[in-house]
Amino acid sequence: MDHLLEVNHLKTSFFTNAGEVKAVNDVSFTLDRGKVLGIVGESGSGKSVTAYSIMQILAPTGKIVGGSVLLDGEELVGASEKKMKEVRGNKISIIFQDPMTSMNPTYTVGHQLEEAIMLHTNRNREQAKARAIEMLRLCNVNEPEKRVKQYPHEHSGGMRQRCMIAMALACEPDILIADEPTTALDVTIQAQILELMKSLQEELGMAIIMITHDLGVVAQLCDEVIVMYAGGICEHGTADEIYYNPKHEYTKGLMRSIPTADTAGHKLQPIEGTPIDLLNMPKGCPFAPRCENALKVCITHAPCKVRINENHTSSCWMCIKEGLEAGTMKPEDLPEDAREVLING
Amino acid sequence: MADEKKTLVKVEHLKEYFNIKTGMFKSTPLKAVDDVSFEIKKGETLGLVGESGCGKTTVGRTILRLYEPTDGKIFYDGVEIKSKASLKEFRKKATMVFQDPYSSLNPRMTVTDIIAEPLDIHKLCKTKEERKARVLELMDYVGLNSEHAVRYAHEFSGGQRQRIGIARSLAVNPEFIVCDEPVSALDVSIQAQVINMFDELQDRLGLTYLFIAHDLLVVRHISDRIAVMYLGRMVEMGEAQEIYNHPMHPYSKSLLSAVPVPDPKIARANKRIVLEGDIPSPLNAPSGCPFRTRCRYATEACAESMPDFNDVGGGHFVACHRVAEIN
Repeated sequence: MDHLLEVNHLKTSFFTNAGEVKAVNDVSFTLDRGKVLGIVGESGSGKSVTAYSIMQILAPTGKIVGGSVLLDGEELVGASEKKMKEVRGNKISIIFQDPMTSMNPTYTVGHQLEEAIMLHTNRNREQAKARAIEMLRLCNVNEPEKRVKQYPHEHSGGMRQRCMIAMALACEPDILIADEPTTALDVTIQAQILELMKSLQEELGMAIIMITHDLGVVAQLCDEVIVMYAGGICEHGTADEIYYNPKHEYTKGLMRSIPTADTAGHKLQPIEGTPIDLLNMPKGCPFAPRCENALKVCITHAPCKVRINENHTSSCWMCIKEGLEAGTMKPEDLPEDAREVLING
Repeated sequence: MADEKKTLVKVEHLKEYFNIKTGMFKSTPLKAVDDVSFEIKKGETLGLVGESGCGKTTVGRTILRLYEPTDGKIFYDGVEIKSKASLKEFRKKATMVFQDPYSSLNPRMTVTDIIAEPLDIHKLCKTKEERKARVLELMDYVGLNSEHAVRYAHEFSGGQRQRIGIARSLAVNPEFIVCDEPVSALDVSIQAQVINMFDELQDRLGLTYLFIAHDLLVVRHISDRIAVMYLGRMVEMGEAQEIYNHPMHPYSKSLLSAVPVPDPKIARANKRIVLEGDIPSPLNAPSGCPFRTRCRYATEACAESMPDFNDVGGGHFVACHRVAEIN
């Protein structure tokens, strides 16, 4: 079956004065129609840059240096700006973290919605206006007729995020990328927005890429989860696999460090150390300097991707070691020098 | 058990109104904190939760007298904090950790100078050597290396900066620290490190915390008791586990059910109580109970008077007219 979106070995770098920052380093995944994919990771892990690379809305210093992005079988990397303009909004839409700054304060909300609709469809101003009101009503905005005449500052944060969702969905995209859509919102408003996204997704059947650092938000919404660290994917699987059967040491550490009902009165188990400096990437596994179970080979060689089961892959030397011991992996699959260090170290 | 401990901070009918200009000659009071009373026992952590604009930060800042209270009394160790003279002494005992580790540290000062600033202000160190030794001791408390002492704040990551801020707040040997969202700006893995540090420092130095946060999972982990605020009022207060397991105020119920649980199976089964609408503007708060506009149990009586903040048993306080009926 053809996938809706296929990202293959995507590499994006930022060329700064201090040197090349490999923000996204060899990321591959696929997304099917009607699925919700969560990308989790800490700040600087490359989750947002992955999304911006798909949309090609990177900052001027950023550049896709390798890999491919196939949308419905069509290559987007290297596509013309004209082609990308057709894709953005029509095929793939994005909503950003901060609903306070992602709207133009000098135009009414309605004007901005109509602008987006007219740009992508053949509607005239009147029809666009009707469509804007319809979209706002779909997004549970009370009195949309009144709301379209207001300016963004007259709306609360939750209301603005609804307007952003309405704008993103106005042209019925196949994919909605949500870049930390609820991080700036309060919990009760966050619950409203997540409910809304879930019901819209079921109603319109689009696919969602949900980018967040909040493992709670991912658990509410996502079918599939990608865990990113230092620009690479460390683990990828169905939500149940990632939450109940984490294999990568980083994912395990993340799950342990969340406070739960059982941790009250006990110490939390944090991941020691500090996040990695992307300008000074280590040779081996990027997580090795913080990993308490790091082997010798973790420091010298980057791990390859291991299939745990049909719904789950992980890039961790521990998994490779287990695979070798269980006989599911053969030593011949590994590069020779790495094999040596793994077995002898 | 809590009764045996002595009360360190006592707040009575605290009110903090800010005057907001609403016209050329007109101003309207914004009731950021309205008639809030509570106590914090020595060695305890009181978690203060609520959504943005509910007044939780204002409570913290007013206790430390960073804002002059409009009305109400604040007692510290049985003494009312009133005059300017008692204020300087008070600030040796009570300090604050701020939310944003990026804007709360002076970019032109070295780590040593940042941490030693309270020492200099209160003239706690007589010699340079003493000052230096104290700074190194404080840095050791929060897990910073001595080589960090001569660096500037921008050279550190968010988690390390927050450690510097905590070291600064510990410099005067305080008994009481107001922690205003100290971990919200940090990544999950770093957040756990800093929370553990708060725990360890409390055991080691016998600190008392007022821990303000909007992340309910974090607050449950660290707090002995929790207070929930809504639109400047305290709506519920009690033992942490009691509040989490048996919330009684309709607002606390929906707030807790809205917390995204990091567990897909629970998340799928979880019936959330999704609140309708937004928080009303504090400039234009509803009459009577502030929550009634979003409360599904609200009756006419709720619009008429503000419910009292009553103990429903075991130190569990709730401000709701219909608390007996809905639970």
